[in-house]
Amino acid sequence: MNEISFDNNWEQLGKYPIVTEHDIVKIRQLVRHHAKEARMGIVEQTRITTAVSELFRNMFNYAEGGDVLIERGNIDGKNALIVTCIDQGPGIEDLELAMSDGYTSGMGMGYGLPGTKRLVDRFEIQSEKDKGTIVRVMKWR
Amino acid sequence: MNIDLHEKKIPIIKIRDFLIVSIQVDMHDKLAIQLQSQILEEIEKTGAKGVLIDISVLEMVDSFIGRMLSGMASMAAIMDAAVVIVGMQPSVAITLVELGLEMPGVDTALNMEKGIEMLEERLSNYNTL
Repeated sequence: MNEISFDNNWEQLGKYPIVTEHDIVKIRQLVRHHAKEARMGIVEQTRITTAVSELFRNMFNYAEGGDVLIERGNIDGKNALIVTCIDQGPGIEDLELAMSDGYTSGMGMGYGLPGTKRLVDRFEIQSEKDKGTIVRVMKWR
Repeated sequence: MNIDLHEKKIPIIKIRDFLIVSIQVDMHDKLAIQLQSQILEEIEKTGAKGVLIDISVLEMVDSFIGRMLSGMASMAAIMDAAVVIVGMQPSVAITLVELGLEMPGVDTALNMEKGIEMLEERLSNYNTL
């Protein structure tokens, strides 16, 4: 799997920590705001907002929080909104398993990653046991 | 962006046999859980036979809120009350299905009026049994 790169020519729109559950709400509303700014339709806005809400909650529940990077960039000629979630949590031992439909960690996130992946145009994940997880999702019009 | 997230309780209104709850804020997890127990307490206190939950202003329902709603429907059913979710936005419905979230036991209606009709019908069937 390719490493998630932080060396991009993307415009940073903000970097925020997820510490409390209020942050989940606040930052997903910010993501919606940026999706609106990017003139995405209401369904697209809802998809990206819901996707990041799932990711933020994963960080909050399993990794004691993390950081969210919101960026805007050109992906294959498209104007994309890019949200990267970075945590220093326990990591995901078997990524392939975690990405397979119907998988549940047993802690109540059965739709988790595959469901989130369906809501976005691009989904990248990188995880190392005991080091943490990085998930990057992209959405364009 | 300044968002007011202070712990305001979501009001529950009783009209005849029904409780009406209109969710007007983007709920964080604790608020959602609090609403769940608030509604169950109100069912117990009032003996309401039905609960209408209006989510027409909710711009998104993620798996947590979805699970909260279906959990509430099952709990209310045990307490002999039916739950109808009213006014889900099309974009929310699309996203929920794509996410893969199923909400077993949750009845939905397009709007409040249809939701009340649904509950009244159920109640009259119930009374003639």
